Amino acid sequence: MSERNKPRFATLWLDGCSGCHMSFLDMDEWLLDLAGQVEVVYSPLVDTKAFPENVDITLIEGGVASHEDIEKLLKIRARTKTLIAFGDCAVTANVPAMRNPFGLEAVMKQVYLDSDAIQPQVPNLIVPQLLDRVVPVHRIVKVDVYIPGCPPSARTIKAVVGELLAGRQPDVMALTRFGA
Amino acid sequence: MSPVPITTEPVKTFKINGQDVSARETESILQAARAHNIDIPTLCHLEGLSSTGACRLCMVEIKGSNKLFPACVTRVQEGIEVMTHSERLVKYRRMLMELIFSERNHVCAVCVVNGHCELQSTAQKLGMDHVRYPYLNPQLEVDASHERYAVDHNRCILCTRCVRVCDEIETAHTWDVMGRGIGSKVITDFNQPWGESETCTRCGKCVNVCPTGALFEKGKSVAEMAKQRQFLPYLVSRREAMIE
Repeated sequence: MSERNKPRFATLWLDGCSGCHMSFLDMDEWLLDLAGQVEVVYSPLVDTKAFPENVDITLIEGGVASHEDIEKLLKIRARTKTLIAFGDCAVTANVPAMRNPFGLEAVMKQVYLDSDAIQPQVPNLIVPQLLDRVVPVHRIVKVDVYIPGCPPSARTIKAVVGELLAGRQPDVMALTRFGA
Repeated sequence: MSPVPITTEPVKTFKINGQDVSARETESILQAARAHNIDIPTLCHLEGLSSTGACRLCMVEIKGSNKLFPACVTRVQEGIEVMTHSERLVKYRRMLMELIFSERNHVCAVCVVNGHCELQSTAQKLGMDHVRYPYLNPQLEVDASHERYAVDHNRCILCTRCVRVCDEIETAHTWDVMGRGIGSKVITDFNQPWGESETCTRCGKCVNVCPTGALFEKGKSVAEMAKQRQFLPYLVSRREAMIE
């Protein structure tokens, strides 16, 4: 099959720890199979800078924590056929959302001003501005498949992606759970 | 030695999901269902404690009524036809689970009972792969004033198992519930720090019946706390034997 006819596959992470991507790499030799089945058009694991058009499957790790995250998500949703919330942070906002009960201002103060920094200041240049609350991906855009897990196991990722590539709807909750 | 009198408690015959079943008239629909290996999900119910109908997961339909009935506190009746898994019930149970998860801060990944939690496993069993409601993310306290145990209100689902086991089995009644609706919380004594409670016997029964990580032993880290419940049926049976 030529590159042209293969499903176009993308991954990225928002507010997460990259653990779900590490679990993705844990698929070991199946990654070779996958590389044969899809064209990886965008990912932290490859060098493409801009998110391309006409993507078939996109895995999104991480919660939505900044205005930049929202912009990325809207663009990705518009360009992706099957959008997958990949891991607990994408599905529930999980650990990144543990700052939510305290409010952004209190958290920034605690981290950047009340700590023992040499030059205490809240970063507000160049870096993306944070949202007051971290939210799951589906609060911003429509999600087609949810894969809970912190991180989802390599076996779970393989089963879900494998089923989707075969044109079937995976029974995700038979494979994983929150906090798995 | 006088012969033991044979008690003849009346038996009711009825249907669950089209299957003919029978139960003693004092039994609940939940007890009858479980005796016939028919699964009805529950969170607040625990065999050995009184039933309270707090979590509403065990709601069932009875033919001829539009109302839903909590199976744990509804007695069996002659001739009724009970449905446990109608489309409506499956939908409502999933909604209930999502509301529970959205109401407080349940972060399975960093929870002391990750992998041993009834809330977590029930969510999985009911196919809850995400929560459609906005998370409320309330700011709730952790009371770690007790020398052996701690209560994290972020993980409490207000099932009141702790209240019931402390009252009914330990008979200390240290735990109770204060407030109303979404503002409710479990408290020790008169909403005093647990460590300063004069009624708490430090028995740990509340910790072990708690279905989530809300009550836990100090010194246990993520996923390290599995609840031990063997004491409950043992104590209940000993007590029943003494009463007889």
